[in-house]
Amino acid sequence: MSDIIFIGLSLSSILLLIALGLSITYGAMGVINMAHGELVMIGAYTAVLAGLHLNLNLFFALPLAFVTSGLAGLVIERLVIRRLYGRIIDTLLATWGVAILLQQLVRLEFGLSFLGIHVEGLGPGLQNMTVPGFLTQPFDIAGITIQPYRSFIIVVTLALTALTWWLMYRTPTGVQVRAIMRNPQIAAACGIDVRRVSALTFAYGSGLAGVAGVLLAGFKTVMPEMGAAVVIDGFLVVVVGGVGSLLGTLLSAAVLGQINGVFAILTNDILARAVVFGVVIALILWRPRGLFSFKSR
Amino acid sequence: MTTSRRNFLKQSSAFGAAAALGPGLYAGAAQAASSIDVGVLFSLTGGLSIIEKSLADATMMAIEEINASGGVDGMMINPIMEDGASDPKTYNEKASKLVIRDRMQTVFGSYTSASRKAVLPVFEKRNSLYFYPTYYEGFECSKNVVYTGAVPNQQLSNFIPWIINTLGKKKFFIVGSNYIYPREMAKVSKILIEQHGGEWIADEYLELGHSEWGAMVKKIKDSGCDVVLSNVVGDSVVAFYREFKNQGLTHDKLPICATVTSEIEIAAMGAEFAQGSFTSFPYFQAIDTDRNHAFIERYRKYVNDPKAVTHHALESSYFQVYLWKQAVEKAKSTKADAVREGVRGQVFEAANGTVTVDPENLHTYLTPRIAQWGADGQGTIIDEYKAPVEPLPYVAYGETAENLFCTAKGLDSSKL
Repeated sequence: MSDIIFIGLSLSSILLLIALGLSITYGAMGVINMAHGELVMIGAYTAVLAGLHLNLNLFFALPLAFVTSGLAGLVIERLVIRRLYGRIIDTLLATWGVAILLQQLVRLEFGLSFLGIHVEGLGPGLQNMTVPGFLTQPFDIAGITIQPYRSFIIVVTLALTALTWWLMYRTPTGVQVRAIMRNPQIAAACGIDVRRVSALTFAYGSGLAGVAGVLLAGFKTVMPEMGAAVVIDGFLVVVVGGVGSLLGTLLSAAVLGQINGVFAILTNDILARAVVFGVVIALILWRPRGLFSFKSR
Repeated sequence: MTTSRRNFLKQSSAFGAAAALGPGLYAGAAQAASSIDVGVLFSLTGGLSIIEKSLADATMMAIEEINASGGVDGMMINPIMEDGASDPKTYNEKASKLVIRDRMQTVFGSYTSASRKAVLPVFEKRNSLYFYPTYYEGFECSKNVVYTGAVPNQQLSNFIPWIINTLGKKKFFIVGSNYIYPREMAKVSKILIEQHGGEWIADEYLELGHSEWGAMVKKIKDSGCDVVLSNVVGDSVVAFYREFKNQGLTHDKLPICATVTSEIEIAAMGAEFAQGSFTSFPYFQAIDTDRNHAFIERYRKYVNDPKAVTHHALESSYFQVYLWKQAVEKAKSTKADAVREGVRGQVFEAANGTVTVDPENLHTYLTPRIAQWGADGQGTIIDEYKAPVEPLPYVAYGETAENLFCTAKGLDSSKL
């Protein structure tokens, strides 16, 4: 029984990890960021490249990926999204284009492959990140088998959620972000630099995606297309949780992950996925604005 | 006057040259043409491009080698490359383009069964030849395809008895990706398992590309099986082996015996996750012959990557171009009908050993081998047949060497 709960918990933590960044970029800023998966992918590649060329392990790759993806997010915000606030459908199309662009950049090794230069760790192939040995060796505590890598993901996810909550609800910048979420015009009228705060918020959400990428790289394949699959799950969690609600995101990730885990064990993974989608449809019919919602822009 | 005499001459000579270079003219023309066009159709983009790019590279390498050593009967091969984009529908469109517009008599291509099935009608309707390099599930008998990868009896007929008798494992958990290849492989496996006194206790499938293996590996752990037979395909393989180790399962107690996991997947997951597990294929990079060492060296040089790995479908992609060359030289024609007759019984010394095209069903005699994966990501070959094994694409339906279902006349459907 504890095994089943653990699998569900682990699935929840991965969902939450991906959704956390989205709940900020989509939830707080109203940008449907289709490139979110690619920011995850950039994080994963940062870990691969850091391992290959700088000999840095997972623990150093985490902050590095946060910075890399955060910077990438900042550039995307400055170049594309800044011009599209309030035009939700346009952000969807524009960021989708950005997503394709990022995938191709990695696949073509930033264009170097045209010149016949091969950078190890980039290109269209499958890559992997080395996980430190002690994180792959399970151990027993009081008869319960602990899987260290999945436990590590759960811990990091909870820490990041706590950090995000603290930033949003206990710091002056967080107050500004929440003010912009409710009403950007009034926030601007109160003297908040909306453009600057928005850019920083987007960069922070992108950085979280980068951290998610590093952790995913530990048990999934790293490849240029990896982001497309994760972004759908992310949106699912955010929409069910209620746009802009951190608590809602947390709760919906927990519920969907457990449902997925239990049904995957009792029946199979394919059916479990169908059940998850069924639950999502039912929840959205029942509460069109998600579990927790408030009036926002 | 709109056309000057000079322009007219230019145009007519250009036209003449184009006609001489036209594909498929070799057979009819009294004088030899100077080049032969062939199609090369693999996915250069999309999810499968990771593997298919290496197949395209191996094909192009063989073509360049043949051209550098004087071509086919003195004619240069002129490859026309198209991108299947990891999508069966695109495969069908590109095959139509190659066969109908470019009038290709021969095309080399495809990795997945889905893409092969998608292009098959084009080749059968227009009577062109398709050279298919990948191991596949059998159950196909087309006179328009030359199959140079393994069929189930060449991957499983040594593997299952070996697992039961040598490894001493009798309880099988069969797991695969949810499409035709793993399901047909499971069908053949079950027949063989029961024949040799083993039992299978589960037969489970996950979507292609599925990367969350927590629940499935737990099922394996709780099932009481003593061996896992994996027909998992693509990047799912990586997630599967990693989760297997993360849940504390080890290959010395509960080995994964796989039919798809090749050097390319091992490199992607990290060698420590596969160390101790087994795979059955006719070709491994670890085959210790001078011919194979030279092949690997040439391939690495060709793709400009000193760490590039070679694998079964890649090696077949390479040698099937040579089989085609020999067939053209024997038939003295590039026409599909002539090449088909020419390729029957063709023998070639490939990196995996001697390969022969079966004169009846156009599949290929290959030597089954079993390898155990080591810490360096390479296999150690621990079992191999002494001689190449006859391909039997309908083995799951009772086909034997004495009772062939698929012959030069076509499929005898009364036997199914």
